Amino acid sequence: QLDRGCALHTAARDGLSSVSSQDIPAERPRAVFHTSESDPAKHTEQHEGRLYNIPLEEVKAVFPHGLPHGFQQQIQTFNEARVMVRKPALELLTYLKSSNFAHPAVRYVIYGERGTGKTMTLCHVVHYCSRQGWLVVHIPDAHLWVKNCKELLQSSYNKERLDQPLQASVWLKNFKTSNERFLQEIKTQKKYMWGKQESTEEGRPLREVVEQGLARVRSASDAVGVVLREIKQQSHRGSFRLLVAVDGVNALWGRTTLRKEDKSPVSPEELTLVHNLRKMVMNDWSGGAIVTTLSQTGSLFKPSSAYTPQELLGREGFDALDPFVPIPVSNYSPREFESCYGYYLERRWLQHEKAHTEDGKAELQFLSGSNPRQLDRLAGPL
Amino acid sequence: TLRQICTTTAVQRKNVGASGPEKYTEAFIKKQIEEFNLGKRHLANMMGEDPETFTQEDIDRAIAYLFPSGLFDKQARPLMKHPTEVFPEQRKIQWGEDGRPFHFLFYTGKQSYYSLMHETYEKLLNVQKHQDQLIDQDLPVQKEKGNLAGSRWLTKIELEEMLLEKVSDDDYSRFIQLLQKLVSLPCADIEEEYIQKFSKEVPLQLQKVVIEPLQYDERGVAFSTGEGKRKTARATAVVYDNGTGKITVNGIDILHYFPVLQDREQLLFPFQFLGRIGKHDMVCTVSGGGRSAQAGAIRLASAKALRSFVTEKEVEFMRQAGLLTVDPRVKERKKPGQEGPRRKFTWKKR
Repeated sequence: QLDRGCALHTAARDGLSSVSSQDIPAERPRAVFHTSESDPAKHTEQHEGRLYNIPLEEVKAVFPHGLPHGFQQQIQTFNEARVMVRKPALELLTYLKSSNFAHPAVRYVIYGERGTGKTMTLCHVVHYCSRQGWLVVHIPDAHLWVKNCKELLQSSYNKERLDQPLQASVWLKNFKTSNERFLQEIKTQKKYMWGKQESTEEGRPLREVVEQGLARVRSASDAVGVVLREIKQQSHRGSFRLLVAVDGVNALWGRTTLRKEDKSPVSPEELTLVHNLRKMVMNDWSGGAIVTTLSQTGSLFKPSSAYTPQELLGREGFDALDPFVPIPVSNYSPREFESCYGYYLERRWLQHEKAHTEDGKAELQFLSGSNPRQLDRLAGPL
Repeated sequence: TLRQICTTTAVQRKNVGASGPEKYTEAFIKKQIEEFNLGKRHLANMMGEDPETFTQEDIDRAIAYLFPSGLFDKQARPLMKHPTEVFPEQRKIQWGEDGRPFHFLFYTGKQSYYSLMHETYEKLLNVQKHQDQLIDQDLPVQKEKGNLAGSRWLTKIELEEMLLEKVSDDDYSRFIQLLQKLVSLPCADIEEEYIQKFSKEVPLQLQKVVIEPLQYDERGVAFSTGEGKRKTARATAVVYDNGTGKITVNGIDILHYFPVLQDREQLLFPFQFLGRIGKHDMVCTVSGGGRSAQAGAIRLASAKALRSFVTEKEVEFMRQAGLLTVDPRVKERKKPGQEGPRRKFTWKKR
């Protein structure tokens, strides 16, 4: 494997930010598609269209649950994680770098057609933020919280709401892996009662709350609520930066497929997790940013051709998220297509003889319409 | 010559002159002709047209109007034609009242065939004599190549029709060999007329089709249109030059209109065949049919439109690749007594 020359940075453990990586002049001349710039902070327009590598340990630490399924399989096959630097991501990064953290958090909504790379853009931004040392609250897919839930408990905290212990505990586990050091530093500001006996005192590290939630699955959703509230209040003070990254934010305002025991449909407000998340996404706190993606693939009761924020969020969601900065993501530009194609060729993913020719490349471009997901699916069997 | 084992139904249906006793007497045929003419005048009256100038085409149109039929087979529909076309030609009785046959070769059994061979051989000898005369006079012997590619000999069926008697394969091949020998001689031009009776023109496929020239729109970009159909789908395509390979169907991008890979491959095929994938833009409209049928229709339309951009040789290649032929397969009709076009009802033993 190629040696990038960057020190391995395990965001879980030590300190602070990025160890910058230098381009090694002595490395093998990889073709134009790659850049050894492993730090998203340093990505600029000249890196556009190129693929950069994320060391595997970082991947496990930063993205325990965020990456799209196809990309995870690709990581396993190629034994490395290569993300393409694209214009929407660069745009977002410039905004983030230049944003004033004293103002209320700005909301960014990444939208686009199916399979154009919204989730990957989000992951790029999350990687950058974790490199910079922000606290990252990453919800991989909000749609998972509004459908296919096996267990619904009535919340002990608030009689009208419903808990989802399974999803909450899964999320807590992943949150713990990605943000270990923060959990140690942040202290609770209030005393919380879990049921009749257990309670968490004021001033304890947040990690105890998380562990409480993991141990007592029944109160996991409440634990999530507590964590989110604490983080929001404390980021106001400015000791750390907070990034709220939600994939599939349109799930928070749509309908759910869940039903109560008396077969009446559940609306999203009645779910604790959704309620708490909505509070996070409001821009009434400062000291960070909110980056969200719209997703049609997991969304319920929406036509498959809908992709604009208006259609997918619905009236309610749009009003709630308004004002936001929309960031459109489109299909590959010719240059990006070339670099993706070159990468597949180089890793010998395209085995077919004809795939190596110019004609094959034109054919792939035509058939996939320069759509990243289609290209991936096409190149699979080849 | 290979013997055709399986012939088309059209060929099998041709009715050679009855070899048995006469089925239709002459008087009968005359009566049929009179009835036909009378009927023609009545029909003209009914349709409000002039009986004197009522042609066969008018008759066909009138009958199709008065007796509409949805049958696929054109020959099964109601028909009104002159009796000579309807009743096959027959041979008149070959012998006189005293029982003596008219023709001298009657007792060979295949009198017309042998008389034809006899005539042809006579012509051959004629040509050879002429050739010898020219050589004696030391005149140059000219050899003009006649129609080589554009003609073919009569088929066995056509020969049978001409002679009104059955011809076996061997006999037919011998006749063709004789004709070829006659043509191969240098001075065969004398008998050109006689030979033309037995040869037919074969127009090349391409000569029938006219390739349209390119048109230019306001921006100066060359474009051409084409139409295609498949099953029930009809499509029109406009192919522009100097493009990036973008294709729009009914105002929608192909990635959205054809989410299935197979349909997009069908669209890709004409461009890939000519090696012009990224060079043309296309805007098409399509209606009717299903997903696959629409894809096939657009493929045909785009291939037809691309003909104007491409040399004749490549057009011939396209035709041979099957890009320019209309796919004749349509949904087969369900028959009574069966569950579907081919499937029979479940067979129960009792």
